[in-house]
Amino acid sequence: MDNVLKIIMQRLALGLLTLLIVSVVIFVAVNMLPGDFAQAILGQGATEESVAAIRRDLGLDQPMITRYFDWLGGVVQGDFGASFASANAASFSGTTSGVKTVAQQIGPRFANTMFLAAVTAVIAVPLAVTLGILAALYRNSVFDRAANIFTLTSISSPEFFLAYVLILFLAVLNPIFPSLSNIYDGMAFSERLNKSMLPALVLTLVVTAHMMRMTRAAIINLLASPYIEMARLKGMSPMRVIVKHALPNALAPIINVVALNLAYLITGVVVVEVVFVYPGIGQLFVDSVKTRDIPVVQACCLIFAAAYILLNLTADIMSILSNPRLRHPK
Amino acid sequence: MTEPLLKMRGVKIEGRSDEMWNPIINGVDLTLARGEVLGLIGESGAGKSTLGLAAMGYTRDGVRISDGTIEFDGIDLLTASAAVKRELLGKRIAYVAQSAAASFNPAHRLIDQHVEGPSQHGVMSRAESEADGMELYRKLRLPNPDEIGFRYPHQVSGGQLQRAMTAMAMSCRPDLIVFDEPTTALDVTTQIEVLSAIRDIVDQFGTAAIYITHDLAVVAQMADRIKVLLKGDEVETADTRTMLDAPTQEYTKSLWAVRSFERPAKPAIATGAVPVVSVQNVDAAYGTTPVLHDVSFDMHEGRTVAVVGESGSGKSTTARCITGLLPPTSGQILLDGEALPASYKKRSKDQLRQVQMIYQMADTALNPRMSIGQIIARPVQFYLGLTGAAKRKRVDQLLEQIELEPSEYYNRLPSELSGGQKQRVGIARALAAEPKFIICDEVTSALDQLVAEGILRLLAKLQDDLSLSYMFITHDLATVRAIADEVVVMKDGRVVEQGPKADMFTPPHHAYTDLLLSSVPEMDPDWLTNLLKERGVDNVGDAAVDKM
Amino acid sequence: MILWIAAVLIGMGALAWVFRFAGQAATGNAPKFRDMPFGVAYGYVLAALVVGWLIWAYFQGRSSDPAIANKFFFLRIGIEGFIIFAIAAWLFRLAGRRVGTAWSRKMFRAMPLTAAFGVMIILIYAILAIFAGLLAPYGQEQIIPGVAANITPGGDPALGGNLDFPLGTDQIGRDILSRLIYGAQNTVGIAFATTLLAFFLGGTLGFLAATFGGWLDQVLSRMVDVLMAIPSLIFALLLMTIASVWAPRLGIPLTVFMVIIIAVIDSTRVFRLSRAVGQNIVVMDYIEAAKLRGEGFGYIIFKEILPNATAPLLAEFGLRFCFVFLTIAALSFLGVGIQPPLADWGTMVRDLSGFVNYAQFAPMAATAPLLAAGAIALLTVAVNFVVDWMLHKSSGLKE
Repeated sequence: MDNVLKIIMQRLALGLLTLLIVSVVIFVAVNMLPGDFAQAILGQGATEESVAAIRRDLGLDQPMITRYFDWLGGVVQGDFGASFASANAASFSGTTSGVKTVAQQIGPRFANTMFLAAVTAVIAVPLAVTLGILAALYRNSVFDRAANIFTLTSISSPEFFLAYVLILFLAVLNPIFPSLSNIYDGMAFSERLNKSMLPALVLTLVVTAHMMRMTRAAIINLLASPYIEMARLKGMSPMRVIVKHALPNALAPIINVVALNLAYLITGVVVVEVVFVYPGIGQLFVDSVKTRDIPVVQACCLIFAAAYILLNLTADIMSILSNPRLRHPK
Repeated sequence: MTEPLLKMRGVKIEGRSDEMWNPIINGVDLTLARGEVLGLIGESGAGKSTLGLAAMGYTRDGVRISDGTIEFDGIDLLTASAAVKRELLGKRIAYVAQSAAASFNPAHRLIDQHVEGPSQHGVMSRAESEADGMELYRKLRLPNPDEIGFRYPHQVSGGQLQRAMTAMAMSCRPDLIVFDEPTTALDVTTQIEVLSAIRDIVDQFGTAAIYITHDLAVVAQMADRIKVLLKGDEVETADTRTMLDAPTQEYTKSLWAVRSFERPAKPAIATGAVPVVSVQNVDAAYGTTPVLHDVSFDMHEGRTVAVVGESGSGKSTTARCITGLLPPTSGQILLDGEALPASYKKRSKDQLRQVQMIYQMADTALNPRMSIGQIIARPVQFYLGLTGAAKRKRVDQLLEQIELEPSEYYNRLPSELSGGQKQRVGIARALAAEPKFIICDEVTSALDQLVAEGILRLLAKLQDDLSLSYMFITHDLATVRAIADEVVVMKDGRVVEQGPKADMFTPPHHAYTDLLLSSVPEMDPDWLTNLLKERGVDNVGDAAVDKM
Repeated sequence: MILWIAAVLIGMGALAWVFRFAGQAATGNAPKFRDMPFGVAYGYVLAALVVGWLIWAYFQGRSSDPAIANKFFFLRIGIEGFIIFAIAAWLFRLAGRRVGTAWSRKMFRAMPLTAAFGVMIILIYAILAIFAGLLAPYGQEQIIPGVAANITPGGDPALGGNLDFPLGTDQIGRDILSRLIYGAQNTVGIAFATTLLAFFLGGTLGFLAATFGGWLDQVLSRMVDVLMAIPSLIFALLLMTIASVWAPRLGIPLTVFMVIIIAVIDSTRVFRLSRAVGQNIVVMDYIEAAKLRGEGFGYIIFKEILPNATAPLLAEFGLRFCFVFLTIAALSFLGVGIQPPLADWGTMVRDLSGFVNYAQFAPMAATAPLLAAGAIALLTVAVNFVVDWMLHKSSGLKE
């Protein structure tokens, strides 16, 4: 057991290190912008003195390394700095009370995105794993071939194409779900679910396709193992072969597949949120990219990367934990 | 006469490849009486495993039984429903696979897999079967029989796993067990204990068995009757002793004859002769793990040194040191009396040319995207600077030397050649450099016996013609007998014993050499019985090695 | 609602049982029916129901009542499209088996229909992209004078169409057909160039890392690990933000930045694959033989490794192309990719997306954005079908 613990601690440390380096990459990338934040906040018409004042206020006159650690120190405490857009508005009104921090902006939207991802995962994971196992069991059958064509098609289609097709059928032609996901605080859960359904379905289509193909491949690989043949030759029923002999060994690859695809959701969520005007972090990210609201872009990027690294790490650790060779060392 | 246990009539089996059904077995009959052990032998691709599985009414994916009848104790296995077949499998017909390590489920303990059959088939309760399992482990002479079942497969060694699998096959006391090459993946010293354990337990319970192998000597120990297969056809079937003494078919006779190939002994090495290659006090390590300890031996012109030992003994590592792929941590390699730079990167073109290598797996040793001509031409051009017509002429000459028709083979790709032909190309590539010294790393172990024999004869002829010096790495003592002049025995990275072949095969010698030599199965059907009598049942295999 | 669904599921179960029983009775207990698990029988019934519903829906789409016909219009188009494409692919394969070199005829003979479909579509796109200037009736930026904006596709004047513009015009009066054709040139061309660049970068470094190993491999691999820890679309958006500030200052079109950014991000994946492929080849004995012969690294990489890596790399090229293509489309759709006035499918989808809402009354109008999005999907589907076949073929050969 100590052995496993050691490996897991190593992976955790590695994940943390990766995240740290990623934060450096993001920080450096953002600092490649011409001019600086002060100018960006105040715009072209600002006087030298006011730019200098803001620069001092925000600590922009400090060297880059100092600023990085300031930023990082803030991030660790949940402080992502002030958003340009709101800082702009505040500088017009002359007060500082109206300044919305990036954290305040991101917080609720992050929760919305998590909700969307959760709904998707609840639908997609059982569906994909079941279909994947079925396709593997009846491989090369009509079902398998049809599933292959269907999943390839849905993987190949851009998210917005699937989104509009679903809007067309499920919102416009048959008004079952709303095509706009205007979600706000204090909404009833059922209504919230209803409004998130279409984006969740689009994500489900894409993620299920990926997950199902990977599950199928993993199971087929497993069913070719000699110990599965052995179980069959011991006269075990097909059900028992699957449940007793295949599944315990399939767990690691399947968990891996699930985690990897949830990580994939992170990318998919951006486009889908834009199509459905879903008030999540993806939409905020795209809006900030367009308005060049750098602190928000920076923060969103870091959150996406963190989630991505975390999920990959989970996949890694899960597969270590389910490996009998590591769990029961010699 | 009583009704046979298993009756197969005119069985035809086909396999699917390239969108077509190709025959694997073309109409074979097989009859097995209760308690009888039938040996099924043949080369790779003869269809013996497929036939063995068909005897259980089972086919792998992409394989089908297209014709014939298979009857087990009056039950027609081909028309029986899946449920009826499931009831037979495991309970009355059991299977022991070639690789026990892969055939045990890594997620469950051995004993849990052992009791699955009896409890699911309703033969015994879980607890009864567990106790019975331990009893079987004891009968199969597994160490710690009460405890070993609670381990996971990866915690148990290969030879022990193979016995545990035999115990599992026995768990329901079946009428028939199909053994599919159960000892092929094991070292010779381990093989003995598995063979004797299997033989005893099959005897004890009067179980009928089909024993599949490509090793004649092994089948001679195990079987009452032998059936020889060749490319899906039966060659002949006879009683073991009859078959060994008086085979009737040409093919069977040729199989037997392979064992008798032996080169005449060469005169002793002249004193003061400078060895072509001399390994001197070499130590080597992979990272910080030492693998070789003070290895020294010499190889002389026109002679063959066989380096023998079991897997992990350091034979191939020594070869890597000689070629310079693994620079030794201390000691040196001399070529014609001059020290070679430790790493191949620092050696001159001529030094590289003098030391050539032939690999075990011809498949990975030849670039699949180059034609045979290109493969052989490269060293010709690289070392000797021949181009154009001169190069072509030399390549043709080399192809003739390895007995392949130049016009036919020059433009072929390796994938269009058989295993033996590929190995010949590997030899030609080594010859093309016009070396003094060639390392042959298990060159015949991936080949069938007849083909291997051809390769050995070719190598012997080339040595006589070109006065080549060979270092012959092998674990097969029959090969040593056939081709070696000197023998070096290795164990755990050390040279245990070395000397001329004649000395090595006559006692007395080092205890390990003795163990190794005596563990190689012989064609005599009484060999195993006599050996066990001589050594005592508890003194074979791992137990014997551990006592050293 | 839930009760209703449960009733259908149970009803299907009963049907499945009847189906199996009938099969057993009719065939005299043939093994196919005798050993058929219940789940399989259920699957057959489910498939039959789905096919039945599709046929029913298709004829609803041909109904004379416009309200019903409109509702099933897209299903009808979809089914017709599916059948037409299937027949076209079949004919294409048939033609491929007859004409061409012995090699291509042999290839077509072993090709599944999906792969034939893929090859056909890729050829059509290639022709469109190369000859866009000749094929398009109007220019991509041309606002045709005297022609209204928002002409409905379909060319039927009664529904607001115009035969001169078979696919209609957009909000500012540009011909959609021409823009679609130019889109092939711009979107596909840029994606192709980006993929080539990504392969050049990732492939070179990957093989170098595999061949040399040691610290070079360590440094490159760790760098790639870090870059891959940031989701690619997110990273691309971040870098595009920065590039969009730099582009006007340096006077370099933003599209050039986009090509470089996506190529660099994608080259990490190419690096991973070519390194893995390279490593698999490097451990082969023939590489050892070449090293021991004293061959230089140039010979080993170009003569021994690369020829053996082409098959997996070619398949990867297809997959990477799809990925790059979809990334570019997504960026354009989000408004930070290929910049107007260049015609581009992603941008077109965003500009025309509002028309989807008219589907109930004027189905033709709603086709415009779907056509652009469909054009993207069709190509990636086609490439994926071909890649899938190639992978299947190469894995099949190993067995």
